[in-house]
Amino acid sequence: MEWMIQSASTFAGDIDTLILVIAAFTGFWLLVAEGVFFYFCWRFRKGAHPKAMYITGEKKEEMKWIHIPHNAVLICDVIIIALAIKVWFGVKQDLPQADETIGVTARQWAWVFAHPGPDKKLGTEDDVESLDELHLKVNTTYHFKLRSDDVMHSFSIPTFRLKQDAVPGREITGWFKPSKAGTFDIQCTEICGIGHGLMPAKLVVESEADHATWLQTQKSG
Amino acid sequence: MAQHVEAASGHAADHDHHHQSFWSKYVFSLDHKVIGLQYFFTGVALGVLGALMSYVFRMQQSFPGQSVPGFGYVTPDVYNSLITNHGTIMIFWFAMPVLVAAFGNFLIPLMIGCDDMVFPRLNRLSFQIFFLSALILISTFFVPGGGFGGAWTAYPPLSAKAAYNMTPWGSTLWVVAVALEFVAFLIGGINFITTLMNSRSPGMKMYDIPIVVWFIVIASILFMASVGPLVAGAIMLLFDQQLGTAFFDPTRGGDPVLWQHLFWFFGHPEVYVVLLPAMGIVAEVMVVFSRKKLFAYKTVLFTAIATGVLSFFVWAHHQFISGIDPRMANVFTVTTVLISIPIAEMCFVYIATLFGGSITFSTAMLFALAFMAEFLIGGVTGIFLGASGSDIYFHDTYFVLAHFHYTFVPIAIIAVFAGVYYWFPKYTGRVMNETLGKIHFWGTVIPFNLIFIPLFFLGASGDHRRIYSYLLFPDSAKPYLQDIRIFATYALIVALLVQVVFFINLFWSIFKGKKVDNNPWLANTLEWSAPSPPPHGNFAVLPNCYRGPYEYSTPNRAKDYWPQNEPV
Amino acid sequence: MATYAQPIATRRRASGIPTGRLAMWWLLGSEIVIFGGLLMCYLLFRHSYDHWHVAASHTNTVFGAVNTFVLLTSSLLVVLAHQAAESKQGGKAFIYLWLTIGGGLTFLMIKSVEWTMEISKGYTLPSNLFWSFYYTAAGIHASHVIAGMVAMAIVSFDVLKGRNLQRVELVGLYWHFVDIVWIFLFPLLYIAK
Ligand code: HEA
Ligand code: HEA
Ligand code: CUA
Ligand SMILES: [Cu+2]
Repeated sequence: MEWMIQSASTFAGDIDTLILVIAAFTGFWLLVAEGVFFYFCWRFRKGAHPKAMYITGEKKEEMKWIHIPHNAVLICDVIIIALAIKVWFGVKQDLPQADETIGVTARQWAWVFAHPGPDKKLGTEDDVESLDELHLKVNTTYHFKLRSDDVMHSFSIPTFRLKQDAVPGREITGWFKPSKAGTFDIQCTEICGIGHGLMPAKLVVESEADHATWLQTQKSG
Repeated sequence: MAQHVEAASGHAADHDHHHQSFWSKYVFSLDHKVIGLQYFFTGVALGVLGALMSYVFRMQQSFPGQSVPGFGYVTPDVYNSLITNHGTIMIFWFAMPVLVAAFGNFLIPLMIGCDDMVFPRLNRLSFQIFFLSALILISTFFVPGGGFGGAWTAYPPLSAKAAYNMTPWGSTLWVVAVALEFVAFLIGGINFITTLMNSRSPGMKMYDIPIVVWFIVIASILFMASVGPLVAGAIMLLFDQQLGTAFFDPTRGGDPVLWQHLFWFFGHPEVYVVLLPAMGIVAEVMVVFSRKKLFAYKTVLFTAIATGVLSFFVWAHHQFISGIDPRMANVFTVTTVLISIPIAEMCFVYIATLFGGSITFSTAMLFALAFMAEFLIGGVTGIFLGASGSDIYFHDTYFVLAHFHYTFVPIAIIAVFAGVYYWFPKYTGRVMNETLGKIHFWGTVIPFNLIFIPLFFLGASGDHRRIYSYLLFPDSAKPYLQDIRIFATYALIVALLVQVVFFINLFWSIFKGKKVDNNPWLANTLEWSAPSPPPHGNFAVLPNCYRGPYEYSTPNRAKDYWPQNEPV
Repeated sequence: MATYAQPIATRRRASGIPTGRLAMWWLLGSEIVIFGGLLMCYLLFRHSYDHWHVAASHTNTVFGAVNTFVLLTSSLLVVLAHQAAESKQGGKAFIYLWLTIGGGLTFLMIKSVEWTMEISKGYTLPSNLFWSFYYTAAGIHASHVIAGMVAMAIVSFDVLKGRNLQRVELVGLYWHFVDIVWIFLFPLLYIAK
């Protein structure tokens, strides 16, 4: 996945691995199925095989050609399910202790981000609000509190492999830990009206020092 | 069941070509074949409209801000309403009417050896309601505010409040149209189910029914069992829009996620509602052109039923990250990934059917085979989405989009073409031109892959859906990504142009195609024992059924086929 | 359409069940899913909002109970109509059908009085979620009552002439269904407080 889109959070790697595992299992079966399929098409073309056989497929030894692959697919399924749940649990269910908490509010058609000020607590005097721009410290575990003011939106950071719908009337908590400094896209991935395509926001992941400077400029500015 | 009595007092006798006006013959007809044709042409006309929409919005996306040749500038609101109506039309006004209603109407009575549906008038009513719903949907483009733009899933609160969606008329008419369409298919479905249960030809037992008939009827049952809550939901949404209720309005105690449950509880079974008839068509075509008995008929039937049952327990895989309880995702991951078992089994059975066959690559067969090859890709990519962990990333990206176009296009376009080329002789007494057919085949299937394989890649690179210009997103605006988008759009234009070949072939063959006798493909099922085209009343003498539909290459027989109606 | 002949399809009976009855059962099946979906939503809401019983306490149980009684009586009448039709007494069936329709009419009249009272007290459709469900569910149900009455009226005239007697059973089935839906609505909307 790395060659298509870089990964910049700690759980991005887990999700990528899961994707690769699924790709391996399903890819294997896809190749087998397509391979057998095209082989049959070629081998049993009329020119090469003018007289068709009579096979009901109801006998035991015929059905085994279906049952064996069927059971093998079942085994692959179980592995895929187990891995998927493991990754899901880590990303969505099991929230590690947060170093800091940010607020994310979506509305038609903008993102409002609330950064805790120097006291590292959200909801206090020194909070810094910014529009369509989120600044994070690298290697810090964040919780985010996601809300929506009007319709459904979805908070997505592709490089983090993070996505969570914002539901009006609810506050949804999630987590992530940026692992790489840089500037990334934030997208809204749930259709939210005319401006759905106009809801990009900028994510800046920076060092602790840069972050402090940025907070400072926001204060004075 | 005294067959001779039926023939004597028969329906056919009453219809010895007395004069019928154009109106009563083609517009207000009660004949299932004509109603099937009406569904077909209405569906295809809307399908073409939907395909042209895809041209417009793909052009906008590839060349943002430039005027689209033949359309003009695409503003964000127009873009949204184009994709919304593309999705809505393609599923509800193209795939459903063509696969379920058109083929169901044409095939069920003919294949079970009967002269019409059990309720011809209800049948006509069903089409009329459907037609009305289509008119209402199209009218949304011309009302103040324009067509609805909240995606075919119509999630509230966006769809519920004009202040949010800015299409006060469009959103309401959209709900009305969809609800009417559901009513039309409920009526049609009751008709299909009762017809199969009661009006089979004497001697046709459970396992003598052709797979395609089974599958269309199972699809109708699935539809009926899943659509109810959404009908209720549509009424609730309508009240929210127009009468000020707050079922889905969180500011006044409602729950917007409830709609998503209602929608997907229907929406997922719905994908199998269109899958099954396509699978059925492919089965019929495959056995005939490989001269083979269908491998394990009963297994095929049971996998379809298993798929249908399971499909009621997977709906929340569309909502993994929509704010439902995260623990629920685990349950739905299990059910979703497990649904690959019956479907894989069905695919394997189809492939096994080819084993030992004697395959002729006619156009119909090519399309049927292409369906198999392409659908497998669509199917396995569903697993990436069904696994909750990876769906966090893939949800609402172009990966999802490519997944479902790799299922829908094989189903609603490729399999339908297989069916059209295959049953055309029954409808007209002529065959379609094979050379044009093959040009059309390669010209459709190759560009189709060239459209959607790049979209898998784009999705994996982070492109999200329903965006009218990616240039606003620095990561997505990289030039090579934009080039890939443009490439897909060019492939689409080729695919669209090639369809002209199909329509030329279709209309030319109706009048000038090579004449053939009643059973040009040497097939077993009952429709081939009727005259081509079948008159009102279908059969001169209603056929009896003596055996299963797939007795091809039976040992110790001179002919390699054994029609169902041929006495031993 | 004068020359239209009934297709043989309509006369076959491979499943052993008359086509009309079969279709009616499927129709009822699809209706059950619709009402089932609606009531499911209602129950989910009711479960998650415990303040609903406040709103629910304003429904008029007496009216609801009387209406339950009226509908049950009309169901009985339609059974009698069915019996009359079975014994080929078209005239008698006709009278019972119209008595049933009268039952439906009474039901609707009581309903409209009740609704007028509620509305004059200020409980309207958009008031709050409970009342939205109250009017939506009862309203959809009432539209089914009307549909059933219309169907019975149409059938009754044929029956009077002794034709299509089997249809009495079908409208009867439908009417029982309408009745049963009410049996579910009554406790949900009126009794649970
Ligand atoms: C007819 C159309 C159709 C069909 C058949 C399918 C089939 C499947 N779909 Fe798809 N799907 C859609 C149409 C369809 N889908 C649509 C329209 C959407 C998007 C809606 C929207 O948001 O607008 C969607 C979205 C969608 C999602 C939501 C994605 C998201 O929004 O985040 C998911 C998630 O689980 C999913 C899963 C599946 C699965 C598991 C199958 C399975 O049935 C596939 C089973 C088949 C196979 C697996 C292939 C054969 C098997 C083998 C070759 C054996 C090897 C396999 C294994 C080892 C597992 N689909
Ligand atoms: C049956 C379903 C179906 C079909 C066939 C198609 C066909 C196509 N779709 Fe569509 N699409 C959807 C269902 C379908 N789509 C849905 C449900 C959505 C989601 C909407 C939403 O987000 O709300 C969607 C969204 C969607 C998008 C996403 C827009 C966005 O999110 O911004 C895109 C983008 O490229 C796209 C492209 C295409 C293309 C290029 C085709 C091409 O047209 C495919 C090539 C095919 C042809 C060129 C043949 C056309 C010919 C006919 C139709 C007549 C055929 C006649 C007979 C069969 C006899 N589709
Ligand atoms: Cu906000 Cu899309
Ligand atoms: Cu699904």
